[in-house]
Amino acid sequence: MTDQEIVQKAYTALAQEFELDISQMNPETRLREDLGLDSLDYVDMVVVLEQAFGVKIGKDPELTSVRTLGDVHEFILNKKRALEKIQ
Amino acid sequence: MHLKRVVITGMGAVSPYGKGSELLFSMLFAGKSAVRHIESLGNIPGLGPRVAATVPDVGINEIPRKIRRSMSAMSSYAYLAALEAIEQAKLDNDIVQSGRLGIALGTTMGSPVNLEHFFRQYIASIGVEQVKSTLFFSIMSNSAAANLAQSLGVTGRVLSPSAACASGCQAIGLGYEAIAFGKQDYMLCGGTDEYHPLVSGTFDIMLAASTTFNDTPEQTPRPFDIRRDGVVCSEGAGLILLESFEAAQKRKATILAEIAGFATTCDSGNIASPCPESIATCIRAALDNAGISSSDVEYINAHATGTELGDMAESQAIASIFGDNVPVSSLKGHIGHTMAASGALESIAAVHMLNKKTILPTLNLQEIDPRCSGIFLPKETVAFNGSLIVKNSFGLGGTNCALILRRMQ
Repeated sequence: MTDQEIVQKAYTALAQEFELDISQMNPETRLREDLGLDSLDYVDMVVVLEQAFGVKIGKDPELTSVRTLGDVHEFILNKKRALEKIQ
Repeated sequence: MHLKRVVITGMGAVSPYGKGSELLFSMLFAGKSAVRHIESLGNIPGLGPRVAATVPDVGINEIPRKIRRSMSAMSSYAYLAALEAIEQAKLDNDIVQSGRLGIALGTTMGSPVNLEHFFRQYIASIGVEQVKSTLFFSIMSNSAAANLAQSLGVTGRVLSPSAACASGCQAIGLGYEAIAFGKQDYMLCGGTDEYHPLVSGTFDIMLAASTTFNDTPEQTPRPFDIRRDGVVCSEGAGLILLESFEAAQKRKATILAEIAGFATTCDSGNIASPCPESIATCIRAALDNAGISSSDVEYINAHATGTELGDMAESQAIASIFGDNVPVSSLKGHIGHTMAASGALESIAAVHMLNKKTILPTLNLQEIDPRCSGIFLPKETVAFNGSLIVKNSFGLGGTNCALILRRMQ
């Protein structure tokens, strides 16, 4: 899966879960301020991303610094790179 | 102690017919059954019933996501019904959120649909990692009341009585008492429940579910009829806005009826089988609470679900107090047993009958079971000029409830 495919898959999963307009989603979009997500949504976002990518994220401390959709991409891509290193 | 008079100024319904009180009234008065064949129930091993009265699409997805995310169907139904009740009462949002308004909303349990969803995930993985945070808020026992309070911004007392099928009626009674004792000026009250095969299964296991009309669903349930064979489970929500008579007068609200009395008692003789004497005790206590005698009552809206034991016990209780002078009918022949919503939806319909001066008969009552005789069970619409009616509601576990409703005009 290319990085772009990963980004698209993350957008699709988040748009479906939080009923967002995918055309309005870009890396600068802020999760709280622009999309209105709150702490409960953050918890559910992890479950949604785990289900979308089949990876375990759990209570990763790096999640606390996720503020924008760009941060979400970066987080997922870092996970992917970490997995590739292991494999 | 001075008790305040309590009146109804708003009513809202989500019933097996769909959304809205007017739809409920029109379908009831047209004598339409909401019960239908549910083919998928045949996929459940050991389950006898293939009939239920489920709510059609009522636009749940139009509820904003932030409100809806922690709701199961029962909370969504309650929310839609509450909006209707508030709108009818023309109650300002400032009052709803002032702390002067509380909620008493009963359910038989938290969401059975989402409980199944949780345990499917839990058992598959023996873990909770894939469970979303919002799921719990639909499973907890106070889910519907809590979700309704959050969605409306209610800051007064929020009660969530769970008394099986008596939950809705008991919630109205608790709302009545909260206002009568001056604890709240307004109460949104009622009951809500969602359908799940577990509910039909519960009655089926006790041999109390209707199973012999699976191919003719409109012919069941049959309260008081000799051919009745049990409960038909259904779902929905009924919400009533109560307020003190003074508050209603002050804001020039249209008063639909008065809650003149209420009683709730427990039949501790058996957890499942009702006893006529215990039911009669509850009805008498409600009459006493209203300060009226049995001869003042001119209609009884029965709990009667179509079970052999329940219909007989209620008939005997009514006969012992009212004889065969007062018309008695059950609305479960029309909409099945909406569980916690039944006491509320049927109270709403009873208020409508009161104001329309028309008593509906029991749908599917063709030949009265002789063991239910001794009371007046009309088979046709009855003109009604009285002002006081009794609404009965009973629940597994022994909870009895009776409300006294009075016409104000």
